[in-house]
Amino acid sequence: MTKVVDRKPLSFYERTYVPALWEGLKVTARHFKRSVQGHNTAKELGEGYYPEVPWRVSEGYRGAPYLVRDQDGHTKCVSCQLCEFVCPPKAIRITPPGPDGPPADRPNAEKMPREFEINMLRCIFCGLCQEVCPEEAIFLEDHYSLTGLTREEMVFDKERLLKLGGVHAGTQKWKNKLEEAAAQESFPVATH
Amino acid sequence: MFETLFSDPTVQFIAFSTVKILVVFGVVMTFVAYAVLVERKVSAFIQDRVGPNRTAPPFVMKIPVIGPFLVRCGIFQPMADGLKFILKEDFTPDYVRKVYFWLAPAIAVIPAFLTLAVIPFGSQLSAGPGAQKMVIADLNVGILYTFGIVSLGVYGIVLAGWSSNSKYPFLGGIRSSAQMISYELAMGMSVVAVFLVVGDLNLGKIVRFQAEHGWMILYQPVAFLLFLVSAFAETNRLPFDMPESESELVGGYHTEYSSMKFALFFLGEYANMIASSAMMVTLFLGGWSLPFLGEPAGSLWGGLLHLGIFVAKMLVMLVVFIWVRWMLPRFRYDQLMDLGWRRFIPLALANIVVTALVLALVDGWGKGT
Amino acid sequence: MPEFTDLLFFVFAGLTLLFGFLCVANPLSRNPVTSAMFLVLTIISMAGLFVLLHAFFLAAVQILVYAGAVMVVFLFVIMLLDLKEEARRKLNRVALTAGVLAVSGLAAILVRAVTAARPAALALKAGPLAEGDTAPLGRILFQSYLLPFEILSILLLVAMVGVILLSKKDLR
Repeated sequence: MTKVVDRKPLSFYERTYVPALWEGLKVTARHFKRSVQGHNTAKELGEGYYPEVPWRVSEGYRGAPYLVRDQDGHTKCVSCQLCEFVCPPKAIRITPPGPDGPPADRPNAEKMPREFEINMLRCIFCGLCQEVCPEEAIFLEDHYSLTGLTREEMVFDKERLLKLGGVHAGTQKWKNKLEEAAAQESFPVATH
Repeated sequence: MFETLFSDPTVQFIAFSTVKILVVFGVVMTFVAYAVLVERKVSAFIQDRVGPNRTAPPFVMKIPVIGPFLVRCGIFQPMADGLKFILKEDFTPDYVRKVYFWLAPAIAVIPAFLTLAVIPFGSQLSAGPGAQKMVIADLNVGILYTFGIVSLGVYGIVLAGWSSNSKYPFLGGIRSSAQMISYELAMGMSVVAVFLVVGDLNLGKIVRFQAEHGWMILYQPVAFLLFLVSAFAETNRLPFDMPESESELVGGYHTEYSSMKFALFFLGEYANMIASSAMMVTLFLGGWSLPFLGEPAGSLWGGLLHLGIFVAKMLVMLVVFIWVRWMLPRFRYDQLMDLGWRRFIPLALANIVVTALVLALVDGWGKGT
Repeated sequence: MPEFTDLLFFVFAGLTLLFGFLCVANPLSRNPVTSAMFLVLTIISMAGLFVLLHAFFLAAVQILVYAGAVMVVFLFVIMLLDLKEEARRKLNRVALTAGVLAVSGLAAILVRAVTAARPAALALKAGPLAEGDTAPLGRILFQSYLLPFEILSILLLVAMVGVILLSKKDLR
């Protein structure tokens, strides 16, 4: 359903830019006056400014990817390395335990990573690792202010990622992924 | 000994000129720094933000009442900015043409300051035959000198664009040379009508004429508008900031520059803004005169008052520059050229012809000969 | 102080010659942009010579028109061309001889003209222009030399029309 907007030809006066300029000056002057009188959006919303008042992260924000633990405090990650493969900037590096490495710390898993590193300087926060993870072990959380003084400091290791990630209870394994896949299938793709 | 030396007119001339140059340079440099702050504050206010309001040395916040107010105004921000520019790494990419890469920022900055030499900032500081005129060089061809120097300013940008040896700066340089040549024409032609009315090229005499007969903007409103818009184009300010347009050319001609070399371009832009504001005030807004204050000053205080009037008018023009920036989107390049060549130049020519006709046909209008 | 102006004359004349030489035969760089920039410097030092002659108007116009407009367009074109071949090109012997011949011819004419001229008469004639104001210059241009001036303007107009004609792709 297209709506045709009728464009009236501009009059000579309008084509000299003068009315547009005048209106523009009026708008900007109005905002300037309001600000000088002490109005500002942050105050009117009853909030302060960033360093003092932390930014309110909205729902669905994709911040830094962290590893999460399950309700028993066990590592969810099983070192399948799917996220490492899918990561576009190759920010993730996983060292698998190998044949004689330490066993997984939860009973129904075969293994867990010996080391799991995310280079936050490489990470582009795309969320593909979260999407691909079959164990729901990695999530993009609401952490938006990542700073460090050295490059080494910005490579987060397993301990740090687990500590920052917190606990996500109840693994659904492939259930959620299946639902998502089904939703993709039934999505109204253009049919011929 | 000292007095005999100082009574020599040449020595006097040199001494006074040196003092004037140093004062003007110092004042303009300060203005440039604070013009940046004003720009940031005004733009913040127009967009409902707060602007720089934190930077301060630690002891300032301790001063009661005034301290926090100064900090909120961002008074210390320009100093922090300057310090940052000096301390940043001065990076010269490997692939640039070194000589021109180093020369370009200097070439961009110098013309802006040279223009200020002919601007009459005030009348004089004392009465009598020995009175010093408040202008560094009282040239008979003042305005032509200005145009000559301004036209040299293109080289800084063009050479920066070319010597960076990368595509965005190059595009910026090319755009700027075309844009500046086009608008120089419109600007020069708009001013011709002013000279027809006054009958002199000396900027001091133009101000004197306005002090006696009323501001030039009343006689030549079309010329003023043309000059104003061309000045926006010549100083690369929005809506004509084609040479640097951040959103399409990254940074335009100064993409590859960092640290103090970038700061020089920045300084040049604001110095240019100040110079063209001063020019507009001199040519169209009566210079140091007010409608009821037209006589050259007879005392020190009168002279300082005239200086103050000039600076106040200049600041108003600067704020207009900044104000317009936050109101108009950037022109498309072909529209910019179209506006310059097909609207402004014919309009300026028509303005010259009409002015000349009126001067020739109506007796007693303008000075004539 | 006459000695000081004389000294300045030699400074500006020397600079003009030096920059002119560097423009055509720069031993350090064969880059056309460098040559163009030296031409700009030559023009500016020539403007300095005009100032010494009190011809302020000519000096200002020299910088405004040649250094500020014509040379920028030059630079514009040079930058858009492929410079590498030009920078690599060796001096052509035929071109060099032709150039030397042309320059010596011009120099011969100049020497002849300078020796033939009577300085006293020249100084007398140039009198009213000495102040360098624009009004006397305009009066001379539009009264004594009106015809040559108008012919020159027509020449420029013809050139402009020619350019428009050449740059128009489809002539109807």
